[in-house]
Amino acid sequence: MALLEIRGVSKSFGGVAANVDISFVVEPGEILGLIGPNGAGKTSLFNAIAGEVTPDAGEILLDGARVSGLGPVACAGRGIARTFQVVRSFDSMTVLENVMVGAFSRTASAGAAMKAAEETLEFCGLAPRAARLAWELSPPEKRRLEVARALATQPRLLLLDEMLTGLTPTEAQEGVQLVRAVRDRGITVIMVEHVMEIVLPLVSRAVVLNLGRVLTIGVPGEIVKNPDVIRAYLGDRYAAA
Amino acid sequence: MDNFITRRRRHELLVAAGLLVFAIVAPMFIKDVTTLNVIILSLLFAGLAQAWNILGGYCGQISLGHALYFGMGSYVSTLLYVHAAVPPSLGMFAAAAVGGLAALLVGWPCFRLSGHYYAIATVVVGEIGYLLFLNWDYVGGATGVYIPIARPSLLNLQFGKDKLPYLHLVLAFCAATWLAAWVIEGSRWFYAWRAVKDDVVAARSLGVNIFSSKMAAAAISGAFTGLGGAIYGLYVGYIDPDSVMAGHFSILIALPAVLGGVGTLWGPILGAALLIPMKELSSSYLGGSGRGVDLMLYGAMIVIVALAQPQGVVSLFRRRAHGPA
Repeated sequence: MALLEIRGVSKSFGGVAANVDISFVVEPGEILGLIGPNGAGKTSLFNAIAGEVTPDAGEILLDGARVSGLGPVACAGRGIARTFQVVRSFDSMTVLENVMVGAFSRTASAGAAMKAAEETLEFCGLAPRAARLAWELSPPEKRRLEVARALATQPRLLLLDEMLTGLTPTEAQEGVQLVRAVRDRGITVIMVEHVMEIVLPLVSRAVVLNLGRVLTIGVPGEIVKNPDVIRAYLGDRYAAA
Repeated sequence: MDNFITRRRRHELLVAAGLLVFAIVAPMFIKDVTTLNVIILSLLFAGLAQAWNILGGYCGQISLGHALYFGMGSYVSTLLYVHAAVPPSLGMFAAAAVGGLAALLVGWPCFRLSGHYYAIATVVVGEIGYLLFLNWDYVGGATGVYIPIARPSLLNLQFGKDKLPYLHLVLAFCAATWLAAWVIEGSRWFYAWRAVKDDVVAARSLGVNIFSSKMAAAAISGAFTGLGGAIYGLYVGYIDPDSVMAGHFSILIALPAVLGGVGTLWGPILGAALLIPMKELSSSYLGGSGRGVDLMLYGAMIVIVALAQPQGVVSLFRRRAHGPA
């Protein structure tokens, strides 16, 4: 059975249709890419899955149970965790404390939360920075911190919003390894990226969005050859070639 | 769980216990009534600022209406005593309950506002409360209420002319607020509240319920503020809206925390220890119309702290956090 099912989700913001009748499923254990040009509606769909916005129509099911409209707190409780396109760290708190906030969603004990947070930091390669204040981290470290914080909630589904965008090739490679390690832990991943060459080698399948609609769904090899995808990214002239 | 946080917390508890013993014993050798009065007020405002800090510091919800909870606390305990003969030793717990409840009632609509709008709303609610009590005859209106003088007893929490028992009562209040803050710092609330303060969207994505976090902080903060109000009423023996509910009380409750270090365990105590003696000295030495002058002194002090030590005076005592860890 599919872990996540998106059924006919539509969402408009003040007359601008961000998502129109979007449907697809996410299988357990896969890394799914959500790609498309700027303004395709990727982040909007992300926010719907994470519970931050409620779709105008359609529904989102996690393990067969409806999660759309429940709000972000309930979604986090059900096992959906996320990172943000523009990094949001708790800047007055240490790196360890940032991750503890996530860990407290599964335990009330400060000792247990700290232990879980330490393990998660170790897993994400941030253990040496645990005692630092979050604002002191470099941009790639902050993205790792977001992943660590999300993982600390023990999610079943992790939503990564442009986690690799804006990184140097080396940093992006390290990011890719982290995503693979997360998947190997049995956590299903959906990644939003608009840089195709980073995301395609990593994902098992990709959903391409354009102008708020699903353009195509397929394995990376098919996606890059699809004329519609080329048209959406590069324009009509290249599609003919 | 023997790590640096546990060690630091144990250390804090030891320091607090030492300070408490000192604060119990040392005033026994002070005979000067004015000095004792300054110490009593400093301890009271240390406790009140600690209570304010739970909501304003940890949770980042700046309240400029705490005079309302403070005043309601004084009125509840006083009126229960005057009208229903409930001894203040019990009445002060009713005052705490009412203070907490009032903070919840204010929070219910106002926490839907974010940032500065919450602060502005609390100013307005505080003023409304002040005007209501000023015009409400049952609670004495503008005339106020005298607490009938009874035989000195622990039950009535009246001690005649002897200031020392009052000092110990206020000290117990201050210690209780500190202990509450210390307990909070070891709980999940401490993390949730600071997450709410730093970034609401990220906090709720991690399963932190924003509204109930704010409400919990408000309830605890309001309850201790109401308790402090009840104790203050007992100490001064007479309350009216101007002496317990006026807007400047809200500022006076928040200032020690801001000056000492917002969101820190020791900031409120440190801030009160600096601010209240200075306020009392300046108003007694700068003449009867010194009210304006001591406010100018606060203003100057806050500007200096804001410029030189924006994290509050407490950060002077902290080892440099940003050096190599």
